[in-house]
Amino acid sequence: MMKKVYADNNATTMTAPEVFEAMKPYLTGEYGNPSSMHTFGGKIQKKVDAARESVAELLGASDPSEIIFTSCGTESDNTAIISTLRSYRDKRHIITTKVEHSAVLNLCRFLETDGYRVSYLDVNTDGMIDLSELKGIIGKDTAIISVMYANNETGVIFPVEEIAEIARQRGVIFHTDAVQAVGKIPFKMTKLPADLLSMSGHKLHAPKGIGALYVRRGTKFTPFMIGGHQEHGRRGGTENVASIVGLGVACKLAGRAVDEEGTRIKKLRDKLEKALLQKIPDFRINGHKDKRLPNTSSMGFEFIEGEAILLRLDEKQIAASSGSACTSGSLTPSHVLRAMRIPFTFIQGSVRFSLSRYTSEEEVDYIIDSLPPIVEQLREISPFGAGKR
Amino acid sequence: MWDYTEKVKELFKNPRNVGEIKNPDAVGEVGSIICGDALRLTLRIDRKSEKILDAKFKTFGCASAIASSSALTEMIKGMTVDQASKITNRDIADYLGGLPEEKMHCSVMGMEALEAAIANYRGAPAKKEMVGEEKIICKCFSVTDKKIIRAIKENNLRTVEQVTNYTKAGGGCGKCTPEIEKLLKEFWKKQGTKGVSAEKPIEKKKLTDLRRITLIQETIDREIRPSLKSDGGDIELVDIDGNKVYVRLLGTCLGCPTAGVTMKTLVESKLKEFVSEDIVVEETT
Repeated sequence: MMKKVYADNNATTMTAPEVFEAMKPYLTGEYGNPSSMHTFGGKIQKKVDAARESVAELLGASDPSEIIFTSCGTESDNTAIISTLRSYRDKRHIITTKVEHSAVLNLCRFLETDGYRVSYLDVNTDGMIDLSELKGIIGKDTAIISVMYANNETGVIFPVEEIAEIARQRGVIFHTDAVQAVGKIPFKMTKLPADLLSMSGHKLHAPKGIGALYVRRGTKFTPFMIGGHQEHGRRGGTENVASIVGLGVACKLAGRAVDEEGTRIKKLRDKLEKALLQKIPDFRINGHKDKRLPNTSSMGFEFIEGEAILLRLDEKQIAASSGSACTSGSLTPSHVLRAMRIPFTFIQGSVRFSLSRYTSEEEVDYIIDSLPPIVEQLREISPFGAGKR
Repeated sequence: MWDYTEKVKELFKNPRNVGEIKNPDAVGEVGSIICGDALRLTLRIDRKSEKILDAKFKTFGCASAIASSSALTEMIKGMTVDQASKITNRDIADYLGGLPEEKMHCSVMGMEALEAAIANYRGAPAKKEMVGEEKIICKCFSVTDKKIIRAIKENNLRTVEQVTNYTKAGGGCGKCTPEIEKLLKEFWKKQGTKGVSAEKPIEKKKLTDLRRITLIQETIDREIRPSLKSDGGDIELVDIDGNKVYVRLLGTCLGCPTAGVTMKTLVESKLKEFVSEDIVVEETT
C-alpha cells in the first residue's frame, strides 16, 4: 500500500475538505475585521456568531454566548484555570489528576511555585480515579477541580458527570479538558453540570490554531487574554475568522458523524486489538476495556522499544505514536502509563493507534498485517525475550 | 522527529551483526529495560593475536541505539583488543555521521558495552560491577559520578543539558541537577578554564577530517562572524585543504583597509585556538 495510513488522530487530524472550502473566502476576499464599523468588516461578525452557534450545538449548550473562541486547547485550559483562580482569590487549592495533558499539569506545577497547593489524584491500573479519594480532598480552600474528559494516550473516559455533580454539591468550580472527547462522543452540556470545558479544533478535522472554551452562564469569569473587547470582552485579540468559520463547519460535520464514530470506528478499533492479541505474544492493551473513546488503542509490546516500532511502521507508511522514553522529548516515558503503574517493560514498548471517521477497514487490515513481522524482527534484535532475561 | 543521518537510518533498517556468538570469548552487558536501552555484546577473539574475529550484538532501544550497536560491531571486527579499547563514543557517533545531541548517550552505551566485554575477556564478570568508590548521582538512570566525569572529559561537556544528552543523568526527576552542576564546576576549575558556561572546545585527540571541517565551520559561525557582522561585514568559508583554510570576506570588510589585519588577528588566531595550531588562513576572491 503506497498511500499513507494515518493512525495518529489523537495527535492531530486532517482538516476536512468542506472545512477548508468554507475557510477560503476569509483568507482571500473577505478579510474584514469583525469589530469594524463598516459593512465590509461588520458583516463578518455574523459569520463568527454563526460558527459560535454550531459549536454550541455540538456541545448541547443552552446558549451560544457560553462559547469563547481561543487559539487552542492549551489556551482554553489556561484560561479556565487562571480565570477561576483570579475570580476566587481567597481560595488557593487546586485538584487535578496525574494523567492530565501537560497543558493542565505543567500549569499546575507552575502555580505551585506561585504558592498554590495542588492535589494530583491517582489512577488505578485501568486508568480510573477513585471518587472517594476526590471527595476526601475537597476543602473550603478548593478553588477548582480540573479533570480531563478522556485521556489522550489511553482514551480512558473519566466518570465526568459524577465528578461534576460532586463539585457542584460542594460549591467548587469544575473544569474538564475535553479536547480529545469533543467530536468523538455525544455531548450535552445541559445534562453535564460542568462549569468550564475546553475543546480544540484540530482534533476534530478543523485547522490547527483554533479552540474554544465553554463557560456556563453565570460562572464568574476573569479574562486571561487581556486586550480589546472581542468575544464580549472575555478574550482579547482579533478573531481568527477563517479558522473560526472552519471550526463551525467541523462541529456541524462532527455532530452528524458522532454516532458513526461510536459504532463503525469502534468496530475497527476492536478488530485491530482482537487480531493483534491473537497474533502477537507478550502484548497488552492499556486502559479500561470499555470506558474508552471509540477510536483509541494504547498497546504495550514487551522486550522492544517504542521509537524503533514507530520508525519501522513509518517505513511502511503507517503513522502512530508511542509512550516510550525515547519518543517523549524528555528522557522519561509516558507519565500517564507510569501513573497507571503499567510495568516498564510494556511502557517502553508502547504504541498508540488512534483512528478517525476517515479510517477505512482496508487501512486497519494493513496495520494488522504489518505489525506482527515488525515486532518479531525487533524481538530478534533484542537481548530480552521469553526466558532470555 | 529526530534528524537521523542516512547511515543511522540504514543501520537501523538493516542492522549488521545481530545475534549472539556461541561460546563467546568475551561478553559485555550494559543497560536495562527500565533505563530504556540495553546492549549485549559478544565477541570471538583469537587468543594468540588478540584479534577480534567476530562481534555480534543484541540491543533493546531506539533507532540510534540499534544503529550505534551495529556500528560498533562493524568498527571492531578485525581490530586487536588493544586497538578496540581506544574507541570512544565520539568515534561511534562519527562513524554514523553524527547523532542528535539528545541521542549521544546511545553511543556512550556502545562504548561501555565494549569496555565491559574487554574487561570480561581479561577476567571480569560480563555485567559491569560498580566499584566501591563510585557514587550514584542520578538515581533514575543509575549514573555514577565516575561516568559523568568521564563523559565531561571525553566530550568536552560544559552544561547540565549536555551531560544529560550524553549520560541521561538529570533526565528523570531532575533532583540530581545541582550535583551535576557541582561536578561540572569542579572539573573545569581543575582544568583551569572559565567554567560551566564557557564553550571552548579542547580537543585532545587527533581530529577526523569530518570533525575538523565541522569544527572550522562552527568556529567561524560562533567566534568570527558575529563581530564582523556588527560592523556590517561577513565571512564565507570557501575551501579547506589540509591545514589551509580559504575564506572570503564580504560586505564592508571588502573595502576595509585593515582587512588583512582582521584575517590574521581574528580569523586565523581563532581557528588556531579552537581547531588546530597548524591552521593557516588565506583570503580568496
